[in-house]
Amino acid sequence: MSRTLILGGALSALMVLAALVSFVWTPFDHTAMNIPAKLQTPNAVHWFGTDHFGRDMFSMIMVGARTSIAVAFVAVGIGIGLGVPLGLWAAARQGGWVDEVIMRGNDLIFAFPSLVIAILITAIFGAGAINAIIAIGIFNIPVFARVTRGGALPLWAREFIMAARVAGKGPARISVEHILPNIANLLIVQATIQFSLGILAEAALSYVGLGAQPPTPSWGRMLADAQTLVSIAPHMALVPGFAIIITVLGLNLLGDGLRDALDPRLRVARA
Amino acid sequence: MMLRYALKRLLSLLISLAIASLVIFTVIEVAPGDPASFMLGINAQEDTLAALRTELGLDQTKVQRYLAWVGGMVQGDFGTSYQYRTPVAEMIGDRLWVSLPLALYALILSTLIAFPAGIYAASRRGKAGDIGVMGATQIGVAIPNFWFAMMLVLVFAINLRWFSAGGFAGWDEGIFAALKSLTLPAIALALPQAAILARVMRSALLDVLGEDFMRTARAKGLSRGQALRRHGLRNAMIPVLTILGLQFSFLLAGGIIIEQVFYLPGLGRLIFQSISARDLIVVESVTMLLVFAVIVVNFAVDLAYAAVDPRLRART
Repeated sequence: MSRTLILGGALSALMVLAALVSFVWTPFDHTAMNIPAKLQTPNAVHWFGTDHFGRDMFSMIMVGARTSIAVAFVAVGIGIGLGVPLGLWAAARQGGWVDEVIMRGNDLIFAFPSLVIAILITAIFGAGAINAIIAIGIFNIPVFARVTRGGALPLWAREFIMAARVAGKGPARISVEHILPNIANLLIVQATIQFSLGILAEAALSYVGLGAQPPTPSWGRMLADAQTLVSIAPHMALVPGFAIIITVLGLNLLGDGLRDALDPRLRVARA
Repeated sequence: MMLRYALKRLLSLLISLAIASLVIFTVIEVAPGDPASFMLGINAQEDTLAALRTELGLDQTKVQRYLAWVGGMVQGDFGTSYQYRTPVAEMIGDRLWVSLPLALYALILSTLIAFPAGIYAASRRGKAGDIGVMGATQIGVAIPNFWFAMMLVLVFAINLRWFSAGGFAGWDEGIFAALKSLTLPAIALALPQAAILARVMRSALLDVLGEDFMRTARAKGLSRGQALRRHGLRNAMIPVLTILGLQFSFLLAGGIIIEQVFYLPGLGRLIFQSISARDLIVVESVTMLLVFAVIVVNFAVDLAYAAVDPRLRART
């Protein structure tokens, strides 16, 4: 196992663990206000300090991890759930009108500035975690469709697929039974990358007030709260910022490590 | 051949724009909330509301309104703001002079940082310098740009007092003052993009370094550095230019959030203000303008790409 994989895995696991543990335990109630204890810098009682309402930031970061991970996870799920079947379908009908329509549709979604559209969707249909998930998830669909199609196309020319066709299997069955298992590696790596992008997108949407709504804590909104107080309480901005960076960095390293580990040819080529 | 390729791409560009405008129009149309009642408040008389709806053209059918909107835009008429009663084109024009220079400024900074970093990393492949640069880019892509913007404000505006924490001086104050107020936002936008660009530059160079013509260049007596500059860079530029084109559109759209951090009066703030005021015609037109910019830039990159590399034309 490479060091990249171990470091990435450890950082990602740390955040998942924080999110899971937050369901059963946090040092303080993340919504409990304690005005006399406001704006404390990190100390023995409040490990990450307190915010302008005296809320414990360590607890908020733990619960916020839940929001970030849940939004990114479901958004990746939308991308895989719709993008992979579309990509498989396009590859099975390579060069046909189905392929053409699916790929042109993909190009179109790619052409939209994703952030602008996500802002539009959440602003029009109401701010909240669900709409943020949809807005981020839509842009995952073409990514997965393209990766799936790209991975599937060369496979369709291989002998074992030919054998399956001769055996009388239809395109749908071949796609599920033979193509999908062979491109699973690609999809896992892409899912990791989209997961980290989803966390960044969720943070940006919450920062402008279009993500998860109070009292649900989210890292992006913690940063928005910190903005006016950054000169007197820099830790309010530093703590959620580092949480985002560590999570995204961990997922990116995990993706890189997985790609190298799952594809031995790349390991040789990159050495 | 090139002409045929260009025409084909132009056709798909027009189709993309048509579909994009339909999508944006539909999304805005199904938005809850009537602009007329929003503008007049809840106590408005029914006949006043009806009069305003007629004035705004809201009583026409959806098809009529879509055609009027698209037809107007083609002629440079983006409609009239519900809220300010001024032409949207004028509002966009003013804001564009903030958003466009900001995106260009960020693009230049991103290139100035990324090219040397990528070239250096490729030339030191596998050594400490390469690992250092690659590590830095990993962190660079993980940093949310709006958070980085806050940190820049904290250090350079609040502590060092070199720059103001927000606002835009305006071009009337002189080019230096205007650029100064765009400097921190541009850095915040540029750095995460520079990290991506540096990685692309490095991997494109490494791909080229493995080519036979590079070995030939070395064999005829060029040093490693000479071969890299004369033959390597030129060939590595193709993927780099593609990413650069994509980045410009990303920087233009990504400025939306950064403008919020720095209170810059650009297109991003215009969108947010219009959304909260239910000034939907402005939202519609600004979104369409951004999509238009992205699609056109991608089109230009595709054409430039095909002009440089004839193999791509044949493939379509």
